[in-house]
Amino acid sequence: MKTAGRMNRRQSTLIFLVCAAGVLAVVMIMGIALEDAALETDFSRTNLAPCPEYLFGTDWMGRDMFVRTLAGLSLSIRIGILTAAVSAVMALLLGTAAAMLGSRADAVISWVIDLVMGIPHILLVMLISIACGRGFAGVVAGVSLSHWPSLARVIRGEVLQLKQAPYILAAEKLGASRIANVRRHMIPHLLPQFLTGTILLFPHAILHEASVTFLGFGLSSEQPAIGVILSESMQYLTTGRWWLALFPGLCLVAVVILFALLGERARMLLDPSSVHE
Amino acid sequence: MILEAKSITFYYRGRKKSPVLNNYSISIRSGERVGLKAPSGRGKTTLCRLLAGYEKPQSGKILLDGKPVTAYRGVCPVQMVWQHPETVVDPLLRLGETLAEAGPVDERIRGALHIEEGWLSRFPAELSGGELQRFCLARALHPETKFLLCDEISAMLDLVTQAQIWKFLLEEAEKRGMGMLVVSHSDGLLEKVCTRIAAI
Repeated sequence: MKTAGRMNRRQSTLIFLVCAAGVLAVVMIMGIALEDAALETDFSRTNLAPCPEYLFGTDWMGRDMFVRTLAGLSLSIRIGILTAAVSAVMALLLGTAAAMLGSRADAVISWVIDLVMGIPHILLVMLISIACGRGFAGVVAGVSLSHWPSLARVIRGEVLQLKQAPYILAAEKLGASRIANVRRHMIPHLLPQFLTGTILLFPHAILHEASVTFLGFGLSSEQPAIGVILSESMQYLTTGRWWLALFPGLCLVAVVILFALLGERARMLLDPSSVHE
Repeated sequence: MILEAKSITFYYRGRKKSPVLNNYSISIRSGERVGLKAPSGRGKTTLCRLLAGYEKPQSGKILLDGKPVTAYRGVCPVQMVWQHPETVVDPLLRLGETLAEAGPVDERIRGALHIEEGWLSRFPAELSGGELQRFCLARALHPETKFLLCDEISAMLDLVTQAQIWKFLLEEAEKRGMGMLVVSHSDGLLEKVCTRIAAI
């Protein structure tokens, strides 16, 4: 039972959602603001271990690793949002098309979904990224063109099921127009799936962006991307400069976990089966 | 008015060799209450779906006053009440909204079916099957409904509620001169309610 003064699950989940989104937004904005500072070199402070002044230490060119990490995370989050948005729109369009345009369209789209899902993500991202000339455009194209199939498949299934749902058929017989049906019955069922699917795309997108960049097929090395930071730092690990890779890596994992939790909580709030918990 | 199925054949996709209905005909006039009784799997529900225009037969015609039943726009004069009411109400909508889908429902019908005011603001998951069935009935008894197809509508209800609901339905059908098709496994019910019994 709910007791006075304590929050219920819904409220605490909402507060968590707002906080997590806030943290990510702050990281993103600070990263944009610090982009120039991240490139600043100062040879009077090279290779400093973490200390109160430089929380994450400095690298061999005297760049402040904390600022670099923030800038890298910010770039990752922005790429994540962009690619997840593109992927989600593709998934929505293709999924609905497969369900609504008849069996032939369905066969074609399902085949494409299987095809894209059949190729390992990282390989596909690399191939598309190289084909699109690497850099920002390459990474965005690669990640967004490879992440839509699973969400498209969910949406296709959901629309197929809704199309046959007795309550929608009955509403039609009661004179409800197509548009009214879509607005009243279909969108409320589809939206939660779509939103959570979209949010859960972020962590994937961010990780894949960082890995292709790490492998050298993504963003160019002068950009302060987490993948670039990690791959450069690997050379210095053996010389005992552990802070170069550890903190940026941990931060990347933290951001990914935060996004994953965000998606999970959003699902709990929006999903019909747990919405009244 | 007259609702007729003229030598219809219907099979589900990919099962052409064993049609559910083969060259079947039935007609229901206004004011008539036709009982339908057959073992499971003989196509009683399918017949209801066909007559209400949810499906189209592969051959044959379903006519309401000489016009195909699917050609009626707006509220269809042939309404079906389903066996499982929980599938026919949107789980995400409050029942008040579901009930008002085809315009406001007459206070008198709501009262006669014992739909309580408080139920209107609840979600379907919070009510029992019998309670939901009343909503489906109230919704199907739209002023424009001329034929009501009852597909085992009372199978899950207790006897008192069954009696209540059927009494109201009979009065209502009598008053409006509504035609009915009553599907049931219960001989007693069919005998009591129907003016004639058809076979399938």
